[in-house]
Amino acid sequence: MAISLDGGIPSGSIERKWDDYKFSVKLVNPANKRKFNVIVVGSGLAGASAAATLAELGYRVTMLTFHDSPRRAHSIAAQGGINAAKNYQNDGDSVQRLFYDTVKGGDYRSREANVYRLAQVSVNIIDQCVAQGVPFAREYGGLLDNRSFGGAQVSRTFYARGQTGQQLLLGAYQALARQVRLGNVELNNRTEMLDLVVKDGVACGVVARHLVTGAVRSFSGHAVVLATGGYGNVFFLSTNAKASNVTAAWRAHKRGALMANPCYTQIHPTCIPASDDFQSKLTLMSESLRNDGRIWVPATPNDVRSPDQIPESDRDYYLERRYPAFGNLVPRDVASRAAKREVDSGHGVGPIQNGVYLDFESAVDRLGREVIEERYGNLFQMYERITGEDPYKKPMRIYPAVHYTMGGLWVDYNLMSNVPGLYVLGEANFSDHGANRLGASALMQGLADGYFVLPATIGAHLAPLLGTEPVPTDDPVFRDAEANVDAQVHRLLSVKGTKTVDHFHRELGKIMWDHCGMARSAESLDEALTSIPALRDEFWSDVRVLGENESFNQSLERAGRVADFLEFGELLVRDARHREESCGGHFRVEHQTEEGEALRNDDDFAYVGAWEWTGEGNTPELHKESLTFDNVALAQRSYK
Amino acid sequence: MKTLQDSTKTSDDNAKGSTRRPTNPIRRFWSSAVGKKWVMAVSGLALLGFVFVHMVGNLKIFLGAVHLDEYAEWLRTLGEPALPRTVVLWGMRLGLIAAFGLHIVAAAQLTRMNHKARPVRYQSRRDYVAANFASRTMRWTGVIIALFLLFHLADLTWGTTNPDFVRGDTYDNVIASFERVPVAILYILANIALAIHIFHGSWSMFQSLGWNNPRWNPIRRYFAVTFAAVIAVGNISIPLLVVTGVVGK
Amino acid sequence: MDLNLKVWRQAGPDATGRFEIYPMHDVSEDMSFLELFDVLNEQLETRGEEPVAFDHDCREGICGSCAMMIDGRAHGPERGTATCQLHLRKLTDRETITVEPWRAAGFPIIKDLAVDRSAFDRIVEAGGYITAPTGAARDANEILVPKQASDAAMDAAACIGCGACVAACPNGAGQLFTAAKYSHLSLLPQGQPERFTRVVSMVEEMERWFGSCTNHGECEAACPKEISVNFIAMLNRDYVKAQFKNPALSGQRH
Repeated sequence: MAISLDGGIPSGSIERKWDDYKFSVKLVNPANKRKFNVIVVGSGLAGASAAATLAELGYRVTMLTFHDSPRRAHSIAAQGGINAAKNYQNDGDSVQRLFYDTVKGGDYRSREANVYRLAQVSVNIIDQCVAQGVPFAREYGGLLDNRSFGGAQVSRTFYARGQTGQQLLLGAYQALARQVRLGNVELNNRTEMLDLVVKDGVACGVVARHLVTGAVRSFSGHAVVLATGGYGNVFFLSTNAKASNVTAAWRAHKRGALMANPCYTQIHPTCIPASDDFQSKLTLMSESLRNDGRIWVPATPNDVRSPDQIPESDRDYYLERRYPAFGNLVPRDVASRAAKREVDSGHGVGPIQNGVYLDFESAVDRLGREVIEERYGNLFQMYERITGEDPYKKPMRIYPAVHYTMGGLWVDYNLMSNVPGLYVLGEANFSDHGANRLGASALMQGLADGYFVLPATIGAHLAPLLGTEPVPTDDPVFRDAEANVDAQVHRLLSVKGTKTVDHFHRELGKIMWDHCGMARSAESLDEALTSIPALRDEFWSDVRVLGENESFNQSLERAGRVADFLEFGELLVRDARHREESCGGHFRVEHQTEEGEALRNDDDFAYVGAWEWTGEGNTPELHKESLTFDNVALAQRSYK
Repeated sequence: MKTLQDSTKTSDDNAKGSTRRPTNPIRRFWSSAVGKKWVMAVSGLALLGFVFVHMVGNLKIFLGAVHLDEYAEWLRTLGEPALPRTVVLWGMRLGLIAAFGLHIVAAAQLTRMNHKARPVRYQSRRDYVAANFASRTMRWTGVIIALFLLFHLADLTWGTTNPDFVRGDTYDNVIASFERVPVAILYILANIALAIHIFHGSWSMFQSLGWNNPRWNPIRRYFAVTFAAVIAVGNISIPLLVVTGVVGK
Repeated sequence: MDLNLKVWRQAGPDATGRFEIYPMHDVSEDMSFLELFDVLNEQLETRGEEPVAFDHDCREGICGSCAMMIDGRAHGPERGTATCQLHLRKLTDRETITVEPWRAAGFPIIKDLAVDRSAFDRIVEAGGYITAPTGAARDANEILVPKQASDAAMDAAACIGCGACVAACPNGAGQLFTAAKYSHLSLLPQGQPERFTRVVSMVEEMERWFGSCTNHGECEAACPKEISVNFIAMLNRDYVKAQFKNPALSGQRH
């Protein structure tokens, strides 16, 4: 199939593109909006804000979430904050600077026009959230407070204690709840989308399974919006919530939507290491800890002395040694790889030698315990609750973990995938972060997509459909999709093997982490390309899913998700294998500078790699959207 | 899902959250649990005032028969000459009856609501952290107080349970009653129940009325403890000192 | 460590439930309480028995999905901690741990330990929002919010909607959840125009599902975010005030 990847970027100067676009896009008359039904899947920041805004505009919205309440979506766990080019601190920030920082931070693998628009609407997001009652941190005079985040040179991050994601999500959830009460949104909770329905090449609905009753139901609409989050759980252990999955995106992919840049995965350097094999997920500790903590490992491998018994002379402050200028504050990916190097070479600390120390002893000596307590008190408490160790007495143990995924379904400037009528928002799409996301930008992108971008761009698809009814749910395309969902559910139940779903998920995670984690090589990836299909075959012949379809069956839910991860994981590895360069969240050991930094190959790889599903067992087909940089000059990062 | 109030409504009604409440503002206020708790707090406040004044008056027993009888007579003549004899007293009595009535009816209705709110109880033992003996036994101490009140009226107002009762002879009536050991014990136990009830009620009242200011909040607990203790000591001292013969004819 | 897990098993909303005792051997003290259930479920599935159904998601104490009555306490014995953040090292003194679902009319049981908490969504839909259509907002810094007010609003807004307050309340009351949501919005200047309609509709919706508050304080003790009952007083006061407000005067200042 010939697919032309046209991003549909409006012409004109980058500053004018969005405004010109909004003027030229087709509008739907206010009285006609109620004639359109839009299906929104996912109730996180992007989904909830989109559903609420579309409903406010007058569209009829059907919301699907597999959670028991929209408020549970994993956006809620974001701690740090949300960026916006408000320049309230008068420190030289601007739309231009946020745009520049985001493109550069993304290692020049994002679309300039999308990123510029993101920076432009960032200021509206803050206004919107404050109007909704999001309790952002304030100065004593009553004005909004900001902080600098993730090494940014300006203070542009708005925050609500360590719970910014929660507060922003509650704001969007409340706006959504209001529309539910008004009857403009039909809320379907505990309803998991399991297939996308496409008729004549156009997305016309979804098929979903009710998680309590097992009932499979079709939903028909004039457009389908996926806001279903990222795929970090393909690694099994990640900071994602347990239920976060790739299923909705993957099933859309199998119906024709292209999956772009899946190999861009972000690893966060300061997580609490796993304590044993039963560990179910990893917990993130704010990156701000690196501002005052010193990272070290014992200088000799397999030194099992307790940290207070290891004298200064036997310690290796490896970041300070290797990167004297930035020291412990090197970027996330550099810090992560350095930690991996230490652990891999036997310098790891902790009961199973899988971490490095983050030590506050000198900070406490220098600043006093009170200052440290004020800055990091709640983080120290969280650490102690999880590990049972007091970080004032014993250095923290940290290790990198998968945290966010930049890749996702391919979308154009309108956030529409290559399947007309299918829109993808938030972490589920690939669009704005390139190969690496800046701290405090995920929340910004989710809300930008949902509050401001989609409500403006969806008219382009809907306006020409005026007067048409959605495809009825008894149409053969829906029947086929329902049968497809039924078949998969029953296939899972009928294997009746010997190993649990979690066993396969954990095994897949090990393969992904060991062979396609922080550092990837041609050999490791090739190995994964053989071991993943083997594991997948084993899954389909030996998985044990008990119970039946017609009840609340959490193993069955998970089995479907893991089945998709087993297919998706292979695509991720394939993408990583083909991208012969290192950039952002993708590090190939073959492509690094002499100092061990990521080495991009702009001549051959300055493109979006979008993969097309070509059927089970077939090699997916790669399509390229080349990236041009007219407003930011390409440069190499250096942190020496 | 079924709501607590109406089992005849369809689940569709419930999902839309259609609340059918009375339009009359008083009935609407009364129909809400928060409204009823407010009524309980206000009536409770009135009853606290009564209990306190009643105690202060009764403590005159330690000044001797003349003082107590004089006080009792003053109550009957209060408001004279503007109003006929006992009109103010009856006004206060009616107010008290109303306060008791509202307090009890609201409590009964809320208790029913709360039973409906947890139709299936926990099957394992609860481990309470904040709820104390007083707060969890309000309905029992309340019932004890109500029953005691009827006896108390029969004993010292109507005289039906007091063989030596002489109308208007307050001091002698009290002594005659409390000299009986079982009656004295009954009074003492009932006043312990009253103190326990007051201990939670006089704190809870602030919450139900919304009198809450972090700066003053510690005082609320202090007040509740002091008030309950004063009432307990004051009221119990009378039967105790009578039955032990310290105070007598 | 070794322990016995005594878990409530119930096949469906209308099925009769019972306790089952599962001996757990050699479990690590570093395990979280939900990981203990992961291990139990793997064992059950390997033996061919249906795993225990329980709601969970973020496992870092913020999504509010997890909900277990552990030895008679909502979320277990550690203060200010959701079930997912409770670790076995805090339970080493116990031989048998009894786990039940939340019990309340407003939280019907779905299966085993999973309950339906949609009633909370109904309360928020009834008025737990500030009407602010997208795009209509003025510049964020035009609204001054005193730091103390913003901090207090944040204290209330920290609620994760887990339902421990209802579960712990001897009366099955939903007052702390409703008060937290209400106070978050009504402490802020942005929340003032709808303040008195909000309190009435939220309280009336709450009372359709839950019992009444008699000020035990058990909710605050069980709350994983330690939200104060002071907010309940605020809710009560505003509900009564709302009865005496003339809506036509709501544009007037004081």
